[in-house]
Amino acid sequence: MKLTLKIWRQAGPTAEGAIKTYELDGVSKDMSFLEMLDLLNEQLVTQGEEPVAFDSDCREGICGMCSLMINGQAHGPEVTTTCQLHMRSFNDGDTITIEPWRAEPFPVLKDLIVDRSAFDRIIQAGGYISANTGSAPEANSVPAPRDKAMRAFNVATCIGCGACVAACPNGSASLFMGAKITHLGELPQGQPERWSRVVDMVGQHDAEGFGGCTNIGECAAACPKEIPLDVISQLNKDLRTALKNGH
Amino acid sequence: MAVSGLLFIAFVLGHMYGNLKAFSGEESFNEYAHHLRELGEPMLPHEGFLWIMRVGLIVALLAHVGAAVALWKRAAKARPVKYVAKKNVGSSLSSRTMRWGGLTLLAFVVWHLLNFTIVKINPSNGETGGENPYALLVETFDLWWMTIIYLVAMLALAFHLHHGTFSSLQTLGLTNSAASRARARAAGWVVAIVIAGGFSLVPLSVLVGIIEK
Repeated sequence: MKLTLKIWRQAGPTAEGAIKTYELDGVSKDMSFLEMLDLLNEQLVTQGEEPVAFDSDCREGICGMCSLMINGQAHGPEVTTTCQLHMRSFNDGDTITIEPWRAEPFPVLKDLIVDRSAFDRIIQAGGYISANTGSAPEANSVPAPRDKAMRAFNVATCIGCGACVAACPNGSASLFMGAKITHLGELPQGQPERWSRVVDMVGQHDAEGFGGCTNIGECAAACPKEIPLDVISQLNKDLRTALKNGH
Repeated sequence: MAVSGLLFIAFVLGHMYGNLKAFSGEESFNEYAHHLRELGEPMLPHEGFLWIMRVGLIVALLAHVGAAVALWKRAAKARPVKYVAKKNVGSSLSSRTMRWGGLTLLAFVVWHLLNFTIVKINPSNGETGGENPYALLVETFDLWWMTIIYLVAMLALAFHLHHGTFSSLQTLGLTNSAASRARARAAGWVVAIVIAGGFSLVPLSVLVGIIEK
């Protein structure tokens, strides 16, 4: 396959960035999207150019490190992470535009790499439970109803990649927060901090400069883990209950 | 935003019911308009009910516009650098047109109040302050371009209600399952079609001559 790549290049956090165009030949349909970028970087290195900086880690779709806005879609055209996107989803001769996540709380560090520490600070604000350390407790000592356990498990698949923020026209991280709040709030272990959690996480989210949710739904469509929009409703319900109870 | 929006939905439903009185003739329509001013008397002063509604609507409007401006500002601040390419794949057109659609409705409401409430401008002859609401209604919508303006406004209203109904239920935390979310989406369609459709019936009927003087 022969591709035309339009890639955002930015030397550093404060540098001016711009889209640069590259021609890349010899792309196999079996390559992952990141392998295709590896191929481009090999070509750039031999030409004496600075390789394109992008994030990746596990390359098996579970760590949430890779990102990329590909042709205007977070993680590209398939419902998966960029590392699990393969070049068979594209055609020979395609032009592919690749940009970093765009959000004020996700500043660009270099090229396609953004700093997502804002998510860590939201988690630190409330995305935890209190548990005694030491020997593991007896597994069945805290019963969890099956439907709640399943819902918690399904939304616990959130890998914190930031695609929801990248796709949201408002730049809101409500789907990310909603996933954490639903995940911990559905389980008995999450109850002690349940009401302070939602207030603290939303407070941190707003302080980081994320936008407000208007229930548009681009986040759920972009989520590689298919977190449904109802976690935002759960977030709102928990927030309403918490505020009513004076938190 | 959600609460003031739901109040507006309740208001436009009542308003639409009143408008449909036009189908039962001049006397009935004018009697209804007159009775609105006497509603609640003698417990309330003359036009007391109307003023309670007006104050309530103004407060709701300030809350609604205030929340919209705050969200708009936050969204602009949260994404200062725009994408070169951005596709919308999971959102309805109505959800993406809430802000400009809302401004369209605001402009329409200003004209609508000048037309039928505050100045009572009769666009067919330029007269103001007419005392016969039914005549003003028929003379306004006998003008095809007036009917078009109102129909465009109703289209904007339908879009706004389609997303607004769902969005308000979601904001209030009432859509916690796939089924309740689907019901909220369906409610958006029903509210949009019933209200915008119900309002549109009157100007269309005047234009084609079903309602006449």
